[in-house]
Amino acid sequence: MAKKETLPRTPMPEQKPEVRKRNFDEVPLGYTPEMAMKEASRCLQCKKPSCVEGCPVQVDIPGFIRYIKEGDFAKAIRKIWEKNSLPAICGRVCPQEMQCEGHCILGKKGQPIAIGNLERFAADYEREHGTGELPPKAPPTGKKVAIIGSGPSGLTVAGDLILKGHEVTVFEAFHKGGGVLVYGIPEFRLPKDIVAAELKNLERLGVKFVYNCVVGKTITIDELFEQGYDAVFIGVGAGLPRFLNIPGENLVGIYSANEYLTRANLMKAYLFPEYDTPIARGKNVVVIGAGNVAMDAARTAMRLGAESVKIVYRRSREEMPARKAEIHHAEEEGIEFHLLTNPIEFLGDENGKVRGMRCIKMELGEPDESGRRRPVPIEGSEFEMECDLVVIAVGASANPVLTKATEGLELNKRGYIVADPETGKTKKKGIWAGGDIVTGQATVILAAGAGRKASNSIHKYLTWGW
Amino acid sequence: MFEIVKRQEMAQGSVVLNEINAPLIAKKAKPGQFVILRGHEKGERIPLTMADTDPEKGTITIIYQVVGKTTALFKTLKEGDRYLDIIGPLGKPTDIEKVDGDVVCVGGGTGVAVLHPITRAFKQAGNHVIAIIGARTKDLLILEDKMKAASHELHVCTDDGSYGHHGFVTDVLKELLNSKNVKLVVAIGPVPMMKFVCNITKEHNVKTLVSLNPIMVDGTGMCGCCRVTVGGKTKFACVDGPEFDGHQVDFDELTQRLRSYLEQEKQSYELFKTKLNA
Repeated sequence: MAKKETLPRTPMPEQKPEVRKRNFDEVPLGYTPEMAMKEASRCLQCKKPSCVEGCPVQVDIPGFIRYIKEGDFAKAIRKIWEKNSLPAICGRVCPQEMQCEGHCILGKKGQPIAIGNLERFAADYEREHGTGELPPKAPPTGKKVAIIGSGPSGLTVAGDLILKGHEVTVFEAFHKGGGVLVYGIPEFRLPKDIVAAELKNLERLGVKFVYNCVVGKTITIDELFEQGYDAVFIGVGAGLPRFLNIPGENLVGIYSANEYLTRANLMKAYLFPEYDTPIARGKNVVVIGAGNVAMDAARTAMRLGAESVKIVYRRSREEMPARKAEIHHAEEEGIEFHLLTNPIEFLGDENGKVRGMRCIKMELGEPDESGRRRPVPIEGSEFEMECDLVVIAVGASANPVLTKATEGLELNKRGYIVADPETGKTKKKGIWAGGDIVTGQATVILAAGAGRKASNSIHKYLTWGW
Repeated sequence: MFEIVKRQEMAQGSVVLNEINAPLIAKKAKPGQFVILRGHEKGERIPLTMADTDPEKGTITIIYQVVGKTTALFKTLKEGDRYLDIIGPLGKPTDIEKVDGDVVCVGGGTGVAVLHPITRAFKQAGNHVIAIIGARTKDLLILEDKMKAASHELHVCTDDGSYGHHGFVTDVLKELLNSKNVKLVVAIGPVPMMKFVCNITKEHNVKTLVSLNPIMVDGTGMCGCCRVTVGGKTKFACVDGPEFDGHQVDFDELTQRLRSYLEQEKQSYELFKTKLNA
């Protein structure tokens, strides 16, 4: 035992900051089989593994790590698949430090097992070297399920229910599947080929995808039931960008993070003019907000050739909601952090283009309802900051397109769907919901976790009628 | 899906009509709503308000002016070719009602294409409908016959006097506002036209609907690219519009935002033309 603990955590090779900050290739390069086996050998194989408790979908972590240690990568990935249909994605974008790795016993004295890196390795190895053998499917039940939205929660439900023998169709508003995985998370954090491969796997299992279909506009949920669907899962995400509501916010050169990232990621505007969608390339870029989306936007702006990229955040470093690893990566790439700073007005030139913003310095006061200390403006501390591009990344609210068009769904006062946290059941018969449209903006794995709970409940409903 | 079943060039080839097979959209669409189209794998998503729908045939009709790479590329599509993606119907339909007085429908350029189904719907709702359409010159005028059929009274204007009234649609509108009992104006066309119409109708205190065409990406309220200031508040044209009370719209801001990508649009179009010629 003591010998194992002395082995340090195997670092994952990465592109060097000065190189990667100007390209869109993935930053971490992945483990070799040797690295993975070495890292796996550090696992204590706890009898009561607390890492599993920290996982929203309860992957048998020691189980798959043991297979990696033994070099049986095919079995490792199949062990993960039992609980998680999207390991190549979760291995990359889960906040492991707060979940599995945060619970790892090794982390108490030293560094926890690199569970995320190992999960990613198992999935990548299977994609690149695997047999392509699909998991076994139950015989057809004759039941039809419609899934609205092809993001993490929808894909999880699709993957679960197709294996249980149900007919599954996913309806997606965009022309491409993956939801936030394709429009939101940048290529350098989650290569789109990987998302495409996960979708391809689901298609091979028999999941049907209908693109360009805005449920609530092109077709309604009631019409889906009329067409013979037995159950509907809503996983449409939050999808309504928040703005600051300060003067000058509609100046040219001010984007919501959703727009900026959708242009860059889904529409591949970083490859303009090879791709037709344009995107503004700023020299002096400001990103408002300090969550993961803000880091993604800031790092995208750097890759689009910015001379300076600033994160402007009204609270302090401690309250920044982004993952530590993302903040670290951003800092390495030269992103500046202007904390305890709040924009109060955007300034434009004679053509209506943003040229700067007026800010005010903040200090932290008493804790607010979120438990974080409330930022309070410091009187007389106003100053101007130059910028020619602004991305507003202060979160998203509930998009009403689907919920408004669906009678009988109960919504909370902020417009999110009310669903049972254990089953995902909504107040309308035959409809389940999960992910950001229930919880508000959260993470990929929490959405996948909600999808898992809903798929269990849907399966019961389709089998026994409750 | 999305096969072009009928294609027609208008206004000397600067405007193109496509009737497209899109049964789901055709079944749902109402006057005033738009679709988002994409022509190829590397293409951008552009919004176009529908010019007509035929739910029984399962088709929608779009009429667009060739202004840049994407529309130039659309122009190369022949009957039998397909659009890669069409999403819709998006936006709110026009609020068609019986108005206590005359309805004047004012259209300029390709705005006439969007105005046509709205004009027809107001007539079908039992209103007395007067239409005014205009273009720079006679050869650029579109849908005259259809607008004639859709209204009770049609006025045609050309900037150069080559046909109909010599002058702007606003000249005719001014006369009508003075001589008739106009209770509603619907104005659809280039931003300056809509702005001038609104300036005039404001003086007469006549409610005016305009249909806005800001730049969009998703068309479902997800990105906020199409935000416009209406009555001092930010609205998303894709979900709150595309039609708004014209007296409340900040047209100058809209004009500036429409120019966001002028340089890139030019670059992209030039590249495409070079490729086409090669």
